[in-house]
Amino acid sequence: MTNTNTSPAPNAIKHHLDEATLLAYAAGILPEAFNLIVATHISMCDTCRADAQAYDAVGGALLDDATAPVSADCLAQTLAMLDGLGAAPVKQATTGDFPAPLHDYVGGDLDSIRWRPVGMGVKQAILPTSKGATARLLFIPAGAAMPNHSHNGTELTLVLKGAFQDADGYFARGDIEIADSDVQHIPVADIHEDCICLAVTDAPLRFEGLLPRILQKFVRM
Amino acid sequence: MLDCNQSSSREISSGSGPLTPIAMAGPVKLSRRRRVNDTDEKHTQPVWIDEMLRVRDSRDKAAFSALFSHFAPRIKGYLIKSGADATTAEECAQDVMTTLWRKADQFDPTRASVTTWIFTIARNRRIDMLRRDRRPDPEDLPWGPAPEPEQSHVLELQQESARLVEAVSNLPQNQRKLIEQAYFGEMTQAEIVEITGLPLGTIKSRLRLALDRLRHSLK
Repeated sequence: MTNTNTSPAPNAIKHHLDEATLLAYAAGILPEAFNLIVATHISMCDTCRADAQAYDAVGGALLDDATAPVSADCLAQTLAMLDGLGAAPVKQATTGDFPAPLHDYVGGDLDSIRWRPVGMGVKQAILPTSKGATARLLFIPAGAAMPNHSHNGTELTLVLKGAFQDADGYFARGDIEIADSDVQHIPVADIHEDCICLAVTDAPLRFEGLLPRILQKFVRM
Repeated sequence: MLDCNQSSSREISSGSGPLTPIAMAGPVKLSRRRRVNDTDEKHTQPVWIDEMLRVRDSRDKAAFSALFSHFAPRIKGYLIKSGADATTAEECAQDVMTTLWRKADQFDPTRASVTTWIFTIARNRRIDMLRRDRRPDPEDLPWGPAPEPEQSHVLELQQESARLVEAVSNLPQNQRKLIEQAYFGEMTQAEIVEITGLPLGTIKSRLRLALDRLRHSLK
C-alpha cells in the first residue's frame, strides 16, 4: 500500500465538512463519535484541516479576554515540574487505508475489523464511543445498495475505500456526506470496488421494509 | 526576528540562569510594553513567537515564565468559564503550560499564533477534565513544521491571526456572546448552526496556502 492511500491529492476531495461541524469540533463540544469522523476526514482533507484551524484561531481570540489571576506560587510550582519532562509523542500518519485517528479506534487497519452481517451482503462493525452518537464502519459490496434507511438526527458518512452514489452525488475516498433527517437516501456502491465507509449518527437509523426492521433489533442499527 | 520581540527578549534573558524573583518579575513589565505595541502597531508585530521559539529551541525557562505569566491566567479564566472550579482550573492551567513545554517542537508559526496553539491544548485539557467525550486529533502532517520557515510566511499568518482577534472583538455584542457560549461549552451541536458570518475568509486562505507550501516542500 502506498502513502497516497491516506493522503489523496489535496484537491481530489469534493464533499467537505460543514461550517457548524467544524466550529463545534474546534469548540470541543461534539459527541465522541462525531469527533472521530471529523478527525478522520481532516487527516485526509487539507481544505477542512485549514478551516478547522481557522476555527481554532477564533478560540484563541476568545482566550485573549478570559483572565482569572493565578496564585502567587503557581509559576514556581510549574517550573519545578519541567525538569525531566520528555517530549510529547507525535500522532504519526499511517500508511494503510485508515488514517491514524480511526486506526486507533479499530486497533489496526482494514484486516483487523470484525464484521457482522446486516443482510444483503452489507456488513457493519460498531466502534466503541461514548453514548449520544454512534460510529460504525459499513461494508457495501461493489454494486450493492445499502438497505433503504432514514434517521432522526444528522448522519455523516465518510468514504474510506471504493465509492458510492446516491441522490446527493458521487462520493469517493475522503468525501463526506452530511444528511439530515429529511434525507431518505439509498447509497449504492460503485461497481468497481467494495465500498467501506465510516458512518456516524446521533440517533438510531430507521430501516424501511420488514426484514431490516427485525434485524435492527438484533444488530443495533 | 522582530525588533519588538528582540529587545524584550534581551530584557528577559539578562535574568536567565537560575530564576530569581527579579527575572520572574520581567514578564509583567514585558506585557505592559506589549500592550502599548498592540495598539500602536497592531498588525506588524507578532506577539509571543520569539518566546515560544526560545522555549522550543533552547528550553529557555525565562521565556517560558513570560509565556506563563501572560497565558496561565487566561487558560484558568477559560476553564472557569467552561464550568471548572478555581482550584481545578489552576491545576489544569499548570498542566496546559507543561504540555506546551513538552510539545514545543510541534509548534508551527506558519500555521498558528501562540494564542491559538495554546487554546487548542487548553480545549483538549478541558475535555479530559470534564470527562465527557474523547476528542481524537487528526493525524499530524507526515513532515511536521518546517525547521526554518520563511519569515515572511510566519509574519503573514501571525498578522492575519491578529486581525482575526480584532475582528472577533469588534463583532456585535450579541454575536460575540453566542460565539463565547459555543466555545465555553454552553451550547449544543444543534444550536451552533445559529452562528454564521464569522470573518474567516482570509485566514482560511492563508492556512490553506501554508499547507500547500508544506506539501510542496516535501516533494
